[in-house]
Amino acid sequence: MHKKKFPIGKIVIYALSAFFCFIFAAPLMFMISSSFKDPQTIFTHVHDWRAYFPVGEVNFDQYVGVLNRLPLFGFLFNSLLVSAVVVIGGLFVNSMAAFAIARLRFRGQNLILVFLIATLIVPFETIAMPLLVLVNSLPTITAADGSLQFTTGWLNSYLVQIAPFVASGFTIFLFVQYFKTLPKELDEAAIIDGAGYWTIYWRIIVPLAGPAFATAAILSFLSIWNAYLWPVMVVQTEALRPVQVGLDYFWGATSEEGTAWGQIMAYSTIITVPIIIVFILFQRAFVASVASSAVKG
Amino acid sequence: MKLQSLVRKNKPHGFFGSSIQSRSKRASLAFIAPAVFLIGLFLVVPVIMAFSLGFTDAKLASPKAPAFVGFDNFSKIISLGQVTVDGDPSNPDVLHDNLRELTRPSSDSQYSGMEVLTETVKADGSADIVLAGDALFWKSLGNTFYFAAAVAPFQGGLALLLALLINAPIKGRVIFRTVYFLPVVTSMVVVSILWIFMYQKDGLANILLSAVIPGWEPQAILTNPDLAMPAIIFMSAWQGVGFHMIIWLSGLQTIPGELYEAARVDGATRLQQFKHVTWPGLRTTFVFVLIIISIQAMGLFTQVNVMTKGGPLDSTRTLVFHAFNEGYEKQNVGYSSAIAVIFFIIVVLVSIIQRRLTRDKD
Repeated sequence: MHKKKFPIGKIVIYALSAFFCFIFAAPLMFMISSSFKDPQTIFTHVHDWRAYFPVGEVNFDQYVGVLNRLPLFGFLFNSLLVSAVVVIGGLFVNSMAAFAIARLRFRGQNLILVFLIATLIVPFETIAMPLLVLVNSLPTITAADGSLQFTTGWLNSYLVQIAPFVASGFTIFLFVQYFKTLPKELDEAAIIDGAGYWTIYWRIIVPLAGPAFATAAILSFLSIWNAYLWPVMVVQTEALRPVQVGLDYFWGATSEEGTAWGQIMAYSTIITVPIIIVFILFQRAFVASVASSAVKG
Repeated sequence: MKLQSLVRKNKPHGFFGSSIQSRSKRASLAFIAPAVFLIGLFLVVPVIMAFSLGFTDAKLASPKAPAFVGFDNFSKIISLGQVTVDGDPSNPDVLHDNLRELTRPSSDSQYSGMEVLTETVKADGSADIVLAGDALFWKSLGNTFYFAAAVAPFQGGLALLLALLINAPIKGRVIFRTVYFLPVVTSMVVVSILWIFMYQKDGLANILLSAVIPGWEPQAILTNPDLAMPAIIFMSAWQGVGFHMIIWLSGLQTIPGELYEAARVDGATRLQQFKHVTWPGLRTTFVFVLIIISIQAMGLFTQVNVMTKGGPLDSTRTLVFHAFNEGYEKQNVGYSSAIAVIFFIIVVLVSIIQRRLTRDKD
């Protein structure tokens, strides 16, 4: 865009870019490199370039150690299950609501849209505590000893990690904006052909709205995978713990001994690198979804 | 603005025949019901509960039914008082005895049960004292504003700089963009623990600071009350800046290239181009980035809970942390809800003020 004859501007840009690359990459390179080193090596390497590279005595001891110590695969399973159900359930529930708002006509339509937009201004932090009281008093049905039993309280369950985050005013809003860009003639033609609304939604709108679905899936996956405040409040049992809370507990349990840094880095690497790989593979979609989140204003 | 036009466009278009209308209505209900039910149950009900619990003495997991206490929680949270307490310059105990008498919960003074927020001791041994119903609330409020007021310009400005860099016609832009964005996909818990290591006495931050600042004394940064918050500010900006960089970038890409063309023809320097073409073109993006960073910043919790637990000396305690601590750790759900309501009002007020201040003059 800015074409200049002398390259000094370009040199400055490259220098700054390289500097920022170091700033943003170095801590992550340190994390990954340190996961292959024992704590003594980490502290010996910390003063020079070796901190950022897997050099010296590298091995998988830290990974073996942390996996023996914690049910990390269980934590991963929990997080994957919760994220998958929230993302897939959310894609259905939110896109269906958006379909009704954007493509159908009914009384109170505008009111519902205004209401959904109003929900966007409520920070989750505001409702976390009452939500805890609420889920603690909701009924549950458990099958035990061959009979169904009614109990109260959703704490320590998958349900409590999933249900509050499936529907989202923001995601509905994203879908509404996208659905409105699709030509109305598609629906009209389908109706003339005798198609029902479900057919229009499922056969016409959903297949055409790929980018909106990708955006919604990425943003909701990131927020659930990285969730912290809510799972800290509602999950105490280790068996149901998601990865982020598991890491926080592990850090809390080992921070006194000061020797578990290698294992902590191994844990962090296990839960971070897969996301980074997915991000690099689909980075165009990630960037597009962040850019389209700007409609929130 | 955008939202209003969207709502207006939503008015009936009248291309469906009237016979289809009732079918459409029932179908709409079926499509929209799950979302409305879930949002109603998990968002609207808790909002109503936050407002109503705030007026009670509800406890978490208590068999006793919560009692209505009127505005007690709110008045305790926001009450402030200034008082001069007599003392003896040779014996500091006198001052503290007088103070204890004044604030004794069973005393009938108006300062009964209040806590010391600030204390300025004078030469004659007396002291000007600011008392608060909940001193930690005011500290949390101050820290929250400190964090938001520092993060918004720092992170927003850095994000713009990065966006300008990757918008420049250089090789490797995609690589740079990818690297700057990596912390955004890394979870805040991982980032916090990683930076705990870096902020240690023999960690990377001290090594870099010693190299850059002459005479820097390596120290445990997170246990220094003056440095803990700046350390969390820097780390938070590092983690989140890539997100806002992308938003700035999408704003930059809406500015037509012809404008730069015209500016160059007029002989504008790069700085003049930025001032007269780029910046005016980024106006709506600027407002959006400012408001979104501020709202996120005021909700500061994860970093604090993982890294410092509000310490040292409450220097990193924030409103959300305070509400969490009161409600979850101390089980005072009613009181915590009152804090949450005040937090919500502050967030909405800040957004409104920012929108007012940044509104176009014309």
